[in-house]
Amino acid sequence: MKPTLAFLLVSLLLAMMQEAHAQDKTLNLPKSIEAGSAFSIQNGGSGEATLYIVGPSQVLKRTVQLGSATYFPAGSICNAGHYVVVLAQAGRISNGSFDVTPINAPATLSFLAKPSRLPVGLHDGITGAVYVFDVYHNLIATSTSVSFELSSPSGAVQKQLVSTRTGAAWTEMDSTSQQGSSKFVARAGDVTSARIIRQVPGDPCDLKMSIQPSGQKLDLQTAPVRDCSGNPVPDGTIVTFTETYPGGQSTVDVPIKRDVADVKMPAHDGATFTVASGVVLGNQIRWSK
Amino acid sequence: MLRHFALLCASILMASDITAAQPEVTVDTFQLKGSRPLEDQTKAAAIRDYLESWQGMNVAFQQDQPNLLDEDFIDTAKDKLADAIDEQAKAGVHTRFQDRVHHIRFLFYSPEGLSIELVDDAEYNVEILDHDKPVSTVPVSARYIVVLTPAEVRWKVRVMQADFK
Repeated sequence: MKPTLAFLLVSLLLAMMQEAHAQDKTLNLPKSIEAGSAFSIQNGGSGEATLYIVGPSQVLKRTVQLGSATYFPAGSICNAGHYVVVLAQAGRISNGSFDVTPINAPATLSFLAKPSRLPVGLHDGITGAVYVFDVYHNLIATSTSVSFELSSPSGAVQKQLVSTRTGAAWTEMDSTSQQGSSKFVARAGDVTSARIIRQVPGDPCDLKMSIQPSGQKLDLQTAPVRDCSGNPVPDGTIVTFTETYPGGQSTVDVPIKRDVADVKMPAHDGATFTVASGVVLGNQIRWSK
Repeated sequence: MLRHFALLCASILMASDITAAQPEVTVDTFQLKGSRPLEDQTKAAAIRDYLESWQGMNVAFQQDQPNLLDEDFIDTAKDKLADAIDEQAKAGVHTRFQDRVHHIRFLFYSPEGLSIELVDDAEYNVEILDHDKPVSTVPVSARYIVVLTPAEVRWKVRVMQADFK
């Protein structure tokens, strides 16, 4: 049984190889063409036959006259890929294949940039990846030069030049030290794609408060709250004031308004006041009458 | 003799069915670029979804149903395949893409995690039927560049393009 099966499979293989060998003589195919370009297929013999061109991205069927060239005008096959060609005439089959390559001129970019919002001064905080496509949305696999530019609100520009590898290029950049909107641009040839990155102040830096008596109470107020790059921390950021006194503790959360946070708290003799915002601790003041 | 021949045919059919159901797959990540590590779970999901996309494509082409591509394909890849299905339907042609071998190499995982690029040295059969009459089955060996992108619950094929070897 086993030798019979092996014999049959070998026979099938040989038959396929013979068919494949025979097809080359009948079909004269280009090895490759550029997407969208005109081409012709020369075939031998005589009479009428049906020509099939099949790639997953495109399927063509033509009735052709054997012995003459079949002409395909520009725009017949625009999708890059590997195409199988079958010529069928009254039970006789010839086949072959050819490749359609992308046009080596960038027309569109797929630009993935993240994040859209991040704190200032973050090392490698901004990432961008680009895929380069031709006019028919074929991925250009050959190496293409891509520049990435991140312009800060002050006008300073970070620039990186990267070559694509199999159609893709990527970069990482630091967020700038100045808050505001930055333009992140990818460019290949004459084609650009831009994203807006909003850079916001980082955590408060060097948080300081002062205390002034105000009637029976104390008025606690921070100095203008800024991040470590000197950008004002946005209004609404919560600052926490804590008073610890003999027999108790009280805590008040206050949003920053016009760069400062202030609150009135009871004036307990011997109380200790602390200020914090998020994970950042400020100064501590001990109050005595 | 007739019984032997029937058994032989059945064996071949079974063998081809098994091959059809489970293409031979090898994977490597040695050439992976990008600052984001490709975790095993992500890699397994990407491979699973990519291989399923071949099955989805095959069924969509067999049944002339472009909407069956929605599960596995997105964007340019889906549009191009859907156009091809429309073209074959108009021409009265059916095609089947039966994958046999995939040698997958992961090339790039973009830093923000929104795309994976891989190259697949694939071997498959293209079967062409004209008005349901078999015309030819052609074995193909081609290198595909594939870009996957995360969708709702799976990786979808955004670019699937045979590269000139």
